[in-house]
Amino acid sequence: MIRAVMGRFSGRSHSARPPRVGALLEADRIEAGPDSSRGIILYLEDITVSFDGFRALNALTLYIEVGELRCIIGPNGAGKTTMMDVITGKTRPDTGSAWFGQTIDLLALNEPEIAQAGIGRKFQKPTVFEHHTVFENLELAMAGAKTVWKWLYARTTPAELEHIEQVLETVRLTERRDARAGALSHGQKQWLEIGMLLIQEPQLLLVDEPVAGMTPQEVERTAELLTSLAGRHSVIVVEHDMEFVRSIARRVTVLHEGGVLAEGSIDEVQANTRVREVYLGV
Amino acid sequence: MQADRGGRIFLVVLLATAVLAPVFNLLVPEASALHLSGYTVTLLAKYMTYAMLAIAVDLIWGYCGILSLGHGAFFALGGYAMGMYLMRQIGTRGVYGDPVLPDFMVFLNWKELPWFWYGFNHFAFAALMIVLVPGLLALVFGFLAFRSRVSGVYLSIITQALTYALMLAFFRNDMGFGGNNGFTDFKDILGFGLQAPRTRTVLFLCTVVALGGSYLLCRYIVASRAGRVIAAVRDAESRARFIGYRVESYKLWVFVFSAILAGIAGALYVPQIGIINPGEFSPANSIEIVIWVAIGGRGTLYGAVVGAVLVNYAKTYFTAALPSAWLYALGALFVLVPLFLPRGVVGAVHQLSSKQVRPTPRQVPQE
Repeated sequence: MIRAVMGRFSGRSHSARPPRVGALLEADRIEAGPDSSRGIILYLEDITVSFDGFRALNALTLYIEVGELRCIIGPNGAGKTTMMDVITGKTRPDTGSAWFGQTIDLLALNEPEIAQAGIGRKFQKPTVFEHHTVFENLELAMAGAKTVWKWLYARTTPAELEHIEQVLETVRLTERRDARAGALSHGQKQWLEIGMLLIQEPQLLLVDEPVAGMTPQEVERTAELLTSLAGRHSVIVVEHDMEFVRSIARRVTVLHEGGVLAEGSIDEVQANTRVREVYLGV
Repeated sequence: MQADRGGRIFLVVLLATAVLAPVFNLLVPEASALHLSGYTVTLLAKYMTYAMLAIAVDLIWGYCGILSLGHGAFFALGGYAMGMYLMRQIGTRGVYGDPVLPDFMVFLNWKELPWFWYGFNHFAFAALMIVLVPGLLALVFGFLAFRSRVSGVYLSIITQALTYALMLAFFRNDMGFGGNNGFTDFKDILGFGLQAPRTRTVLFLCTVVALGGSYLLCRYIVASRAGRVIAAVRDAESRARFIGYRVESYKLWVFVFSAILAGIAGALYVPQIGIINPGEFSPANSIEIVIWVAIGGRGTLYGAVVGAVLVNYAKTYFTAALPSAWLYALGALFVLVPLFLPRGVVGAVHQLSSKQVRPTPRQVPQE
């Protein structure tokens, strides 16, 4: 209890955010995107989530810097997926706060609002729209107001077309442009999904186990892709594959039992005795 | 591409029907073998209203994944709204000759017209209600269901409950909708006698236009960007939500639109068939619509038309030739079609023709 209160206070002073203004401005702030002028894009402070008495997250505090590529590792049940769920609004924490930049309170928004504010999430299982073509998948994912009425008579503009082609290029799917997404290989589906996130130009990308089930060439290509994104976007990657983490990560956070066990470069983390005990020393 | 070809064939057949049926009915003398009886024209019109209803169901089921087992309710509500107008048109020609009250109200000893019957003496008001009543019911029902994220089989069950509840309500005499007899004995519409061949031809043509129009509108919707979103909601709802679409409002919009189409179909059905009663709300009717769509092939729109016409033609034939066999035949179709024709008649035809044209399946990966 005391720890939680202390944590909250230390968190507050650290981030030094202005107090929340009235909810009226909420929509404008979502529209404007996050204010990351202090160099931090995501603040998770003291987040606790319990399911039927089981604490999936236990006073988790985590900060992600702008343009950073962060890897989150941890054994099963460490709370990685729950953390993603909290950030994207799928799960509401019991306590704690989650801020996107200085001004956007994630806990006050629902899933589509969070997506619109600039947080994209890639699921573990590739979930592309199998009956749509690669091009249509990207078109569907494009940022913008997505109301029924506009979409009923909307045509793809030249600017949008160019944007789609550009993303196709980035994820190397130009040749499969008109193929049905269901006919893509596993790795291609994963890239398509990353492309669907990129086209929304998110500030923060959450990527859940991107290389599970990929061939070595695909893994290599994915590593290239993710590292090329860092800088332009902040990226959080949850991954089990240590080789892969080593190949991309500058900074690694180890989760254990719902909290942060260690944080640092991959070498520091691998040298940490506690980490070796719970995770690596298997 | 394929969808477009099937759709074009459908539109050509529809146009041909629109021209030929009235010609063979009105211009060819009755003695001729080519003469089309008024009964047949009405039957065609009935199939077309059913086809329109099937398109409405295909739009939400085939494209948005909402399996409504209560769409007959919207059809019936549209039909009732039209029926109320036709009842008011009877005027003093009814059995009791009351200028204002329909016969069944006089029979029930009612002294004045209930408030919800006001305005139905004007066709424009009735036309508005034909659109508004099914639309509003769908709006309220859909808003509550989709907002609570009721989907899949649970949604099917509550739509079924909705139509069942309405059936029970409309069976009650004190509801003011004619109880189990419903409305019948209509005399005229906009001053034209309903039995006159010309009136019937005009109604027939209106039905053709409504069916063709619904098809084209639905085609436009599914081919638009909104249509691609709707299909995306069907295939991966939570993904669509994460991308930033308000899945609920898309579902609600399609559901309401589909209910309005169903209502208009019902309104065209009633003056041509000449009766509307609470039986139209029966859950079995709504299930039958889904069977039409499944048999025709869902997710194509024209497949729904094919299914509706085929099944209803079979029904007309069976109920005349072997009345007791019809329900068994329908049940057998419902079991056999998903087993052997998972994509319906249209899907099977497509498969056969594409096998002849292209021996190699398209699914072979390119690398």
